Amino acid sequence: MSFVDTATLRTRVEEAGLLWGLVGLVALLSLLPIGRLVVEGFAPGGQLSTTALGKALGSSATWTATWNSLVVAISGTVLSVLIGGTVALLATLTDIRARNAFTFCFVLPLMIAPQVTALAWLQLFGPSSTLLKLIGMAPPLGSRNPLYTREGIILLLGLQYAPLVFLTLRAGLRALPKELIEAGLAAGAGPLTVLRTVVLPLMTPPLVAGIALCFVSCLGNFGIPAFLGIPGNFLVLPTLIYQRLAGLGPGVLSEVAILSLLIGVIAMVGILLQDFMMRRRDFRITTTSSAARPFELGRWRVPVEILLWTFAVLVLALPLLGLLTTSLIPAFGVPLNAATVTFANYAYVLFEHAASRRAFVNSFLMSAGAAILIVLICIPLGYFIVWKKSRALRLLNLAAELPYAMPGVVLAIAAILLFLKPLPLVGVSLYNTVWIIVFAYLARFLVLGLRPVISGYLQIDRTLEEAAQVAGAGLPRRLVTIIFPLVAPAAIAGALLIFLTAFNELTVSALLWSSGAETLGVVVFSFEQGGDSTYASALATITVLVTVGLMATTTLFAQKLPQGVLPWRD
Amino acid sequence: MARLTIDRAQKRFGSYIALDDVSIDVADGEFLAVLGPSGCGKTTLLRQIAGFDKLDGGVIRIGERLVSSRDRHVPPEHRKLGIVFQSYALWPHMTVAENVAYGLIVAGIRDPERARRVAAALDLVGLNGFAERRPGMLSGGQRQRVALARCLVTEPSLVLLDEPLANLDVHLRASMEDEFARFHERTGTTMVYITHDQAEAMALADRIAVMDRGRLLQLATPSVLYREPANTTVAGFIGEGMVLPAAILSPPQAGRCKVRVLGVEAVVRCRPDQPVTNEARLCLRARDIGIAHAGEPGLQAAVERLSYQGGHYRLEARSNAASGALLHLDATEPAPAQPGDAIRIAIQDGWVIPESVSLDKAA
Repeated sequence: MSFVDTATLRTRVEEAGLLWGLVGLVALLSLLPIGRLVVEGFAPGGQLSTTALGKALGSSATWTATWNSLVVAISGTVLSVLIGGTVALLATLTDIRARNAFTFCFVLPLMIAPQVTALAWLQLFGPSSTLLKLIGMAPPLGSRNPLYTREGIILLLGLQYAPLVFLTLRAGLRALPKELIEAGLAAGAGPLTVLRTVVLPLMTPPLVAGIALCFVSCLGNFGIPAFLGIPGNFLVLPTLIYQRLAGLGPGVLSEVAILSLLIGVIAMVGILLQDFMMRRRDFRITTTSSAARPFELGRWRVPVEILLWTFAVLVLALPLLGLLTTSLIPAFGVPLNAATVTFANYAYVLFEHAASRRAFVNSFLMSAGAAILIVLICIPLGYFIVWKKSRALRLLNLAAELPYAMPGVVLAIAAILLFLKPLPLVGVSLYNTVWIIVFAYLARFLVLGLRPVISGYLQIDRTLEEAAQVAGAGLPRRLVTIIFPLVAPAAIAGALLIFLTAFNELTVSALLWSSGAETLGVVVFSFEQGGDSTYASALATITVLVTVGLMATTTLFAQKLPQGVLPWRD
Repeated sequence: MARLTIDRAQKRFGSYIALDDVSIDVADGEFLAVLGPSGCGKTTLLRQIAGFDKLDGGVIRIGERLVSSRDRHVPPEHRKLGIVFQSYALWPHMTVAENVAYGLIVAGIRDPERARRVAAALDLVGLNGFAERRPGMLSGGQRQRVALARCLVTEPSLVLLDEPLANLDVHLRASMEDEFARFHERTGTTMVYITHDQAEAMALADRIAVMDRGRLLQLATPSVLYREPANTTVAGFIGEGMVLPAAILSPPQAGRCKVRVLGVEAVVRCRPDQPVTNEARLCLRARDIGIAHAGEPGLQAAVERLSYQGGHYRLEARSNAASGALLHLDATEPAPAQPGDAIRIAIQDGWVIPESVSLDKAA
């Protein structure tokens, strides 16, 4: 007997419809692009063929770029781990003062676009460095910028992603129960012995996770090798793909599909290696309690504080100062003084240059649109993943990680492949419009919104929803009136992360932009490539101000957020 | 008013049996307490009645309506019942009035009817004047009252209460207990009250269902449960009963029979159909036994522990009989004996547990 009344039936249809709608959407955003790419690599145009494969893999440029990619990614990761790991240990376990301010400053480079970082450092060290000229220390004219080298790329990658290692390690250290440290100290071990024998072994999981994240980010980074490597013809896989596509057009799509698969495979190897390392031992921590009491540095406290802040100034303030000074001079090479200082560059990029004006509007609307759409997807998605424990969505949760874990160029190529031809049935083409970028943003940043929303759900007492259910409210009504207000803080934090990341990004849009659909990243890049460093600097300065302003604003309502959703806050 | 019928309800989580053939019939307007230690299945039962989980076997009906069975499941939102949660589950983003009004809004009831009913519900729980407050600004007892008002405003015919007093301090509990009792009297709503606190259950309920390891052990009025436990588990769980092996020496007469326990003879209560057997079990409570007066028959025991309970002493004494059973009894001040002293204990009353073999033999 399976008689069902209409009200019950409607409830079931609503819930199943929502669930399968979400499954379809996530599959569309995550599995479809990667699948399309794989198909193109091995069967371009629908027929199995190895021509493109042979062409791509037979080219010596491919292997040079692969080798370069591996070298800079691994060296950059090592540098990041050294810097981020040391700083995380010092800033989390010891009694230094002004910890929140330091964390904010140290994490800031991560939130600034890599191409802006690259631009800032170039302005700092080049022969035309406005800042060095101010103090009379600029290199002689005509000499090469020392950053236009492999070492320059490694240095900047290391500095850019050190905060990644810092953040993952710090989260792990904060979750470490204080009893474990105290038990070691009580057994007679000194602080350094405890660090070596207790803390560091238990920090293997966050450290390995940080390393993997860092490696994938270095590997996929486009902005830094584009600004530093292309002038010296030092190419890595993402810049090689960019050059091929920019120079030869969509005709070489199958070939660059292979290249992006190659970079995707390297990234996957990194992630699988992480997984393998984690399985070998048991790192589970059994108790949970408050965070450990910081080690007292005693007379070393002030020197360590000076060291940390000097470092923060060196990697954050100086480059930004370089950027700022360059943005204030009338032409590249002119020294900055009271007579030459001008805001003309800002006026130009804000009001005169058409593409740059469009880019502001585009980047703002696309980032905000992607942030809002993703949050609207993630709230019901998180509901099914966390509370309904839907198996299909748990798998898709992993799938949603894929487009973000993969280097940005991989997703960009996949998006081109998907939308080069007009959409079937409707006959509308998304290629060469802003919509292809919006699609790529949705796919790539979905997981940035999903993570905070999931941690938000985990911290909400589910009986709040059950109480509404008993009161007779169906799922759609519960989502709107009860669940949305409760996860809103976490969702807003996620939306802000998405907005900031998308507003600054270049990797995806460098391959997807078209006239009329420029993004800020693309415009900064083309200014710099065209030799207009002053305009590029002015535009970059504005994006940094927007980023820092938004970060500071969110910090104001950090108290209302679930723990750990804002990377730069405890 | 609804009648709640649970018929052979079964629920498994993997290989773990959370509900094992539970059958309970709740009459219209009855106040039923479901009592048991944590993990006994009482919360699982509540979630089945509410419809948060699906039943693996058996049937649940509310009134004449079949709401849960293996192939039929009416979702919670269509069951028209009320729940008061242990955590209160008040929505922090709404005011007290908005919390209470929610069920009415969902049901499509408009102002002024809605406002009138919200005011009436708040009035009933003594919270008029608090309508515009946020739950975060209320005390534990006030939150509990809001939860009650929210659950009652829609006038459900069946109300489930999940350990509603567990988060309150002792002082508040007593007054909330009164409130629930008064409330039940006034509205005549059928109530199912989940608790692990026997005092609470005894004070409030018309009948108590005692559960353990997913099974219903006994369903009876508080008095019957206390005086005539149906099995050894209930005897031990309710009122700290002592369960002792005994031999029945005479057939029952006027509800009593002669037994031998720990080497002495006594006359205790039993069922009219109690057979004469050597394998019976006797339930004794602290108030059933006492230190024997001179010349009164009694069993020999040694005092092991003495603890002051305020006004009287609790004595723990070990019988000198071969089984060496530990007995506890109350004695008035001043302490009649010290640890190590030998005493004689007289058995004044007791109850022969009808089912000689324990229910949980399988466990």
